[in-house]
Amino acid sequence: MSGRVLVGVKRVIDYAVKIRVKPDNSGVVTDGVKHSMNPFCEIAVEEAVKMKEKKLIKEVVAVSCGPQQAQETIRTALAMGADRGIHVEVSGKDFDLLGPLQVSKIMAALAKKEDAQLIILGKQAIDGDCNQTGQMTAALLDWPQGTFASEVSLEGDKVKVVREIDGGLETIRINTPAVLTADLRLNTPRYATLPNIMKAKKKKIEKVKPADLGLDMTSRLEVLRVDEPPQRLAGVKVETVADLVAKLRETGRL
Amino acid sequence: MLLGRRLLSRRHRLAHCLAQCRSLETERTAGSAVPDGVLSAFRSVCGDDGVSVGEAVREQHGKDESVHRCCPPDVVLFPRCVEEVSALAKICSRHRLPIIPFGTGTGLEGGVSAVQGGVCFSLRNMDLVLDLHQEDFDVTVEPGVTRKALNASLRDTGLWFPVDPGADASLCGMAATSASGTNAVRYGTMRENVVNLEVVLADGSVLHTAGRGRRPRKTAAGYNLTNLFVGSEGTLGVITKATLRLHGVPEAAVSAVCSFPSVQAAFLDDVMMDACNRFSSLSYAVRPSLFLEFHGSEHGLEEQVHAAEEISQGNGGAGFQWAKDAETRERLWRARHDAWYASLALRPGCKAYSTDVCVPLSRLPQILVETKEDLVANGLTGPIVGHVGDGNFHCLMVVDPGDPEEMHRVHLFVERLARDGFGEQGPISTQQPGPGGLGGRGGFFTVVVVVVAGVVEAAGALQSSTLQLPQPGRLSHHAQAMAQYKPGTAIGSTGGRG
Repeated sequence: MSGRVLVGVKRVIDYAVKIRVKPDNSGVVTDGVKHSMNPFCEIAVEEAVKMKEKKLIKEVVAVSCGPQQAQETIRTALAMGADRGIHVEVSGKDFDLLGPLQVSKIMAALAKKEDAQLIILGKQAIDGDCNQTGQMTAALLDWPQGTFASEVSLEGDKVKVVREIDGGLETIRINTPAVLTADLRLNTPRYATLPNIMKAKKKKIEKVKPADLGLDMTSRLEVLRVDEPPQRLAGVKVETVADLVAKLRETGRL
Repeated sequence: MLLGRRLLSRRHRLAHCLAQCRSLETERTAGSAVPDGVLSAFRSVCGDDGVSVGEAVREQHGKDESVHRCCPPDVVLFPRCVEEVSALAKICSRHRLPIIPFGTGTGLEGGVSAVQGGVCFSLRNMDLVLDLHQEDFDVTVEPGVTRKALNASLRDTGLWFPVDPGADASLCGMAATSASGTNAVRYGTMRENVVNLEVVLADGSVLHTAGRGRRPRKTAAGYNLTNLFVGSEGTLGVITKATLRLHGVPEAAVSAVCSFPSVQAAFLDDVMMDACNRFSSLSYAVRPSLFLEFHGSEHGLEEQVHAAEEISQGNGGAGFQWAKDAETRERLWRARHDAWYASLALRPGCKAYSTDVCVPLSRLPQILVETKEDLVANGLTGPIVGHVGDGNFHCLMVVDPGDPEEMHRVHLFVERLARDGFGEQGPISTQQPGPGGLGGRGGFFTVVVVVVAGVVEAAGALQSSTLQLPQPGRLSHHAQAMAQYKPGTAIGSTGGRG
């Protein structure tokens, strides 16, 4: 086994920011807005770094797809303990249309190129909420997948994964190489410390383009319109049951 | 702030405060004290959405997390920027309406009780983190930013704000109450970590205590106005921005718990440990315990932990457990941080009332032993928790507010505690929460602590000359109490959740 783990990290609008829709309804406002690493990606990085600290794997490689700013997110992963980074440069129109299908093609290609033993991704990104990239990547590679992982243990050439599912917890054992997606309770990501942030500046980030990997980034999806959810209207208090029934009839509910 | 002797005021004044608050509550109806003309003036400043006279909203803004009765304001305003705060303050000043600033309502001293009615300025819409200077280790925040929100936004920078009073409080509120907490021994309290404040005074003028936009790490120039406002508890103005000193996230941290055979030997007493175990589903030995946290480099930590272990064992400590990784450390400390809620859970339906006594370290074991004995002798539920490093401990009195006999016993106990704390020689402060520091607001105690009589007078002068008392009644109570006592005692108060 190569002992190499690929971790995908996505740069998204910070979870604490109030999102605003652009006046032309083409998307959300991103200019000048605080961005940070997707919280589930932080958990994925933490899990990989923990494995390395326990000497279960040898190298953690952080991957991000996007324009120049994606490098900030890779640096954060490096400050958390990743060894090196790969920045897949996608910008302009290609970046606007970049979705799970394109990213999973990229991850699959890199996994083969880097001879990865494991790919760990966040279960979903907080902007798209797609929850598709991990699953698509596994399918493209024909690798087993352990999604919604709340506990992961490496056992030789297999991985035991405890998954959070609707009915409770499901434990599975899958072969490596495999794709895992991190759920909220997998771990608590560490805060980057100043010495580690400084060390991270010296770690390598390799730049590649999708074309270099022989990939086509065309999307079959087109965003038509983005709207805010409707404003919540004030409720109305009624005095008696008769009034309630009358109101329900009035609004066509009865 | 100098630690001086603090004194209790007479009981009849306390009873008067309590009665005053209750009668005000029954007399006042929704928004009756605020004329319609004034309400529309408010609306023209902060919009229709920014003014509320709804009963539920007013009640929410008239209480905090303490046992003190809710004293709702007459109207709640939600300004969105310092210009609006200033304009609203001018209106209040013109009509002589008291102003009560409201951050997160997580205080423990009835600090937001509108004892004489008035206008609550809820600052939650001003929630931006502004001007982060990573290289200079400082950041400016608005009052709606809480300490956890700030640290979350700083998580990629390697910096953090370490003052942790237990609750997820507004940072400007923490500045107003001079919050302390479990990290104070290493990192200091708010007093050491606030560099500049933007404050709206009662007449609407905007003051920058260290100069506009200035963030010096130290200054030898002139009056320390910043530290006049830190701890002023909303009596001198409304804080609309705070510039804070940040620290580097420690490279490594280790937490430890050690239990001891007696309260004297340790610190969290057995009642508290039992409560914590039950509340947080933990299983620590139900004995007086000490929680320790070490911050530093990997090597430095090993030495510190080793030394601490030796010292604990040398003093009869056993079961020294320690944890390095974030999750276990958090579990270890959750017991301590949830002490307030764990205490409440001991007797569901009751309220908790925190006492706050600070004595020289050498006197701490003695006063703890006596306090424990007093609690047991009087059948009171009072888990003890505190920050030993400061010689500061809290008895979280869990009491049924509907049982006057029990309230009375608690009242007497707390008086004795304050007197004992005071009885120790040297600089001591007994800080009993109550009507919040400076004067009475309708609670258990008026804690009067007077430091250098001159300061009170100066503060009084600041208020009456500049304008309207934003919080009438507090400082005057204080001045009255002062007249009774010798100069050379200290003022102020803070309750604590531990």
